[in-house]
Amino acid sequence: MKALAFGAALALSCAAYGQDVAKEIQRYRQMVAEGSPAELFELEGEELWKKPQGPRSVSLQRCDLGEGPGVLKAAYAHLPRYFKDADRVMDLETRLVHCMVTLQGRSREDATARVFGTADRPSELEVLSAYIAGQSRGIRMEAGMSHPREKQSYELGRALYFHRVGAWDFSCASCHGEEGKRIRMQELPVLYKPQYARPVIATWPAYRVSTSQFVTLQWRMNDCYRQMRTPEPAFGSETTVALIHFLTATARGEAYQGPGSKR
Amino acid sequence: MRRLALVLAAMTCTALADPTPQEVQRIMQRDFHPRGQATMERVVQDGVQRVCTDTHDQPPADLAKALEADQIKTIVYPEGSLLGDWKRGEALAQSGRGMTWNDKPAEPAGRSCYNCHELSPKELSHGTLGPSLRRFGKTRGTDPEVQRYVYGKIYNAKAYNLCSQMPRLGASGTLTPAQIKDLVALLLDPASPVNE
Repeated sequence: MKALAFGAALALSCAAYGQDVAKEIQRYRQMVAEGSPAELFELEGEELWKKPQGPRSVSLQRCDLGEGPGVLKAAYAHLPRYFKDADRVMDLETRLVHCMVTLQGRSREDATARVFGTADRPSELEVLSAYIAGQSRGIRMEAGMSHPREKQSYELGRALYFHRVGAWDFSCASCHGEEGKRIRMQELPVLYKPQYARPVIATWPAYRVSTSQFVTLQWRMNDCYRQMRTPEPAFGSETTVALIHFLTATARGEAYQGPGSKR
Repeated sequence: MRRLALVLAAMTCTALADPTPQEVQRIMQRDFHPRGQATMERVVQDGVQRVCTDTHDQPPADLAKALEADQIKTIVYPEGSLLGDWKRGEALAQSGRGMTWNDKPAEPAGRSCYNCHELSPKELSHGTLGPSLRRFGKTRGTDPEVQRYVYGKIYNAKAYNLCSQMPRLGASGTLTPAQIKDLVALLLDPASPVNE
């Protein structure tokens, strides 16, 4: 009886301990979300959007992100989508590079020389992404799914999600395939299911607290493949755009709430 | 009515033509470039990866059996006892490094065990993708057969469960035989914190 009571007390205190940890983590996440410095990156991005650059010394203000030249409202919420002038499906970052080349007259090499920044010095694409995504706040996300090329891109993204590859045989679903799983203490969203994809995708791009960096979805795809122990996917390639397209289309209908904060 | 909705949902799913793993591989071969130790042969699927991709990790039993038998043959057992040093094993289990394009090949790789498994009760920050290995050796003992099973499972997890999400840590060249022995000790040694 004594042993039983002791066992019960132990079980209770363990459960309470677990709850405390969960509560603390929840509180930490809340604090992270509230104190987000994403706004600072948005302001920097706005400045860069309006700044004349490149051989033609023009700004990006006439860039057509899908809603018409220079229209920023709702542009991010409707990407990725098919662009007739480039004859391919593009996400925000790929489209921005396209505008740097076609409007500002920069070479592709110049526009993509430094796609991922550092904590001290974010990249052009990072701050531009922050600014442009911010112009879609409150708008329902609706990636292009009507053009045949958009459907093809979505299907490729889905196939890539389950494609097992690399030195450790991983697919995206190796970590993001089952509900209620963690890596260390990090919960893993099952991103091929809408209810999990929606809140996650609606807060990208985001400020990443653990590295003090503003990061984009192109960066996220790149770093997932690094951890999957594959070679490196090219920035803005059909592979990374298709994965972003698949994830964003899976999150369709969610009101955009970013740029957000991530652990 | 509900059944009809399910059938319709299934039909729309199959109406979307998924690219085959071969097509996906060709696209990856075009879109990826080698970096550091991560060379391009890593985007070429082997038979296990291909079958698991094709069947969404649910291979038919007879095919799984045949391929698991092939994978068993890749396991190379060192002579003598397979029990190394559990303390070195614990350090390995903690480290998540190794095999990525920014890890240096000369530096020893870690095993990332805690990323997915619970092991020592002292480490609360453990993942749950794999089963808990708490007290793994308690009920199993340290018989040579048990040692061989654990060594083999770490060396090539696909030899026991074809579409397991666990990497083939010996077969992929991630860990040396000495490192795998240290992990066997972490799981089986009665003095290991895993068996507290």
